[in-house]
Amino acid sequence: MSAGQLSTTRPTLTRRIARILARWPRIRVASLLAAPVGWLVVFYLGSLAVLFAAAFWHYDANITFTITKTFSFENFVALISDPVYRSIAGRTVMIAALVNITDAVLAFPIAFVMGKLAGPKLRSVLGVLVLMPLWTSYLVKILAWRLILSDGGVLNWLLKPLHLSGPGFGEVAVYLVLSYIWLPYMILPLAAGFERVPTSLLEASTDLGARTWHTFRSVVLPLVFPALVAGSIFTFSLTLGDYIAVSQVSSTQFIGSVIYDNLGVVGDLPLAAAFATVPVLVMVVYLLLARRAGAFEAL
Amino acid sequence: MITRRSRLWVSAACASLGIAACGSASPGGSSGPAMLTKIGPGEGALNIIVWAGYAEAGQDDPTVDWVTPFQNQTGCKVNAKIANTSDEMDALMETGQYDGVSASGNATLRLMAGGTAAPINVNLLTNYADINPSLKDQPYNTYNGVHYGVPHGWGANLLMWRTDIVKPAPDSWGVVFDPNSPYKGKITAYDDPIYIADAALYLKSTRPDLHITDPYELDTTQFNATVNLLKAQHTVIGTYWSDYTKEQSAFANADSVVGTTWQVIANLLLTDKNPTPVAVTVPKEGSTGWSDTWMMYSHAAHPNCMYLWMNWITSPAVQAQVAQWFGEAPANLKACDIIAKTDPTFCATYHVGDAIYLHNLALWKVPLTNCGDSRGNVCKGYSDWLHAWTDIKG
Repeated sequence: MSAGQLSTTRPTLTRRIARILARWPRIRVASLLAAPVGWLVVFYLGSLAVLFAAAFWHYDANITFTITKTFSFENFVALISDPVYRSIAGRTVMIAALVNITDAVLAFPIAFVMGKLAGPKLRSVLGVLVLMPLWTSYLVKILAWRLILSDGGVLNWLLKPLHLSGPGFGEVAVYLVLSYIWLPYMILPLAAGFERVPTSLLEASTDLGARTWHTFRSVVLPLVFPALVAGSIFTFSLTLGDYIAVSQVSSTQFIGSVIYDNLGVVGDLPLAAAFATVPVLVMVVYLLLARRAGAFEAL
Repeated sequence: MITRRSRLWVSAACASLGIAACGSASPGGSSGPAMLTKIGPGEGALNIIVWAGYAEAGQDDPTVDWVTPFQNQTGCKVNAKIANTSDEMDALMETGQYDGVSASGNATLRLMAGGTAAPINVNLLTNYADINPSLKDQPYNTYNGVHYGVPHGWGANLLMWRTDIVKPAPDSWGVVFDPNSPYKGKITAYDDPIYIADAALYLKSTRPDLHITDPYELDTTQFNATVNLLKAQHTVIGTYWSDYTKEQSAFANADSVVGTTWQVIANLLLTDKNPTPVAVTVPKEGSTGWSDTWMMYSHAAHPNCMYLWMNWITSPAVQAQVAQWFGEAPANLKACDIIAKTDPTFCATYHVGDAIYLHNLALWKVPLTNCGDSRGNVCKGYSDWLHAWTDIKG
């Protein structure tokens, strides 16, 4: 029997696959998701697993300056027993929380205008304005902030007539720069959240006699809260992991800079890997709380 | 991270296959390819890790260029990567992407002991005979009697200050260790664990009761006193620096007004189009310093170009250029004859050939648990220095 006869007597391979896919919707979904999910599992979870494994290795900084793959908890013991790592972690989480609050406050009015008040034209103009900083190099923005905050910089020049001076480089500078850099990540989900608030509810609230503040507190805020939390996931996690901005505008140690120093400068991968589990854990807790607030439906 | 890990995977794979030849971490560096006996034609490229100012191709000053003539002469296209600290140099060498490095004493021991650096055939080094004898056969370039490189030059870490702001001119490191300093928030220090030695050196003369003999050989009491001094200093530090451009801009903008520096940074500030008024000195307590060695990677992709570079950079004319640009004592003593034509006092200022001055300089080296004297194994090793540095910065 020749191949030509085969194709006439039985359906082609493509047709057979199509038939299977039509009959089994689950296979259809699975085959569509296989590549991206596989990518995530292998490269995201896989690299995390390797990182976690490395946290149990040993780095000899005394004689050989090499890593040996022996299992021990010494890196975690070092992280727990030395208070400096706790204070660094605490400082990082604190800054991340402050950046969150600041960005939420700053994003609220513009997101409200974008989601509720603006017509299509103004909305797209605002959208571009919000996104514009994201299209500029991250490093350029940080270096610009260095020029603003330095002793002979723009800020001090502006404040000089008032006999004041800026905060200079340090923790305050880190807070300012990160609040600025991550702001668009808060505005965009929040604007989408406002868009989903039905205008009819606002009208109903007014018709029932609620004042502006009451409407805002009892109707608007509960409805956009998930979007607010969704935005905060971005600002929080990005602040938690940043190491470039913090090293450019301060000498203060944050989780990211300590990981970078141990990895990129010293070569102590095990300690860096162990410390890297801290922001992972913090984010797991944060995401569980965010899920409770319904943030994932608002993403 | 990836490169270190992949190195581990490679060695794991080698181990499981039982291939002895591919092990690269055997001490003594005996594992690399055989030592060259003759310099062949260049491979067309050279990747090197350098301190700022060691590979100038006219990028800072169009007239300061010893890389382009080298490229023209040898055909080796130079790709120079500037590293800020010895730890960074070591980590970069470990990636295996570079042919060589201008390493200081606190990196060289690891490179030699870990087998990352290749033994060097000094018979192929055309300028080796003219190198300052005080720099040859030193623990930072010779390991178990084997030569691992050619000396480049040496110098002291200096105290720099803004002459328009810091008055009177300081003559002691005390100015950067005073917790009640009037320059609080404008003091800078080198961001590297090796800076602990600078504080130990200060305590060596100001706290004789601690009996510090060598700032790199600190027992627990001496170490704790030094760390406490640095923790107190942390409260007056504005920013630490390790990137030389960061320190340059910090002094130019008066974010830093006093602190430790290299001569080359002061030179860049003074010769800038908008010069910054700074001065430098070796304070009365003395200084830590460095003596650099050109070393080659044990599996260098371009070994001929690396040998050609070592011969080029140690030739009297190039040594004169580097020494004057960076502000250091050249290793090749013949360079002084050339420098003297334009700057007769230069070599005296940098104590070239002054073996006693060199001996008294606390040259960067790896702190080991073995104190190297009768105290035995009670000193703090580098891992303690690393952790202490994280502690100090808080």
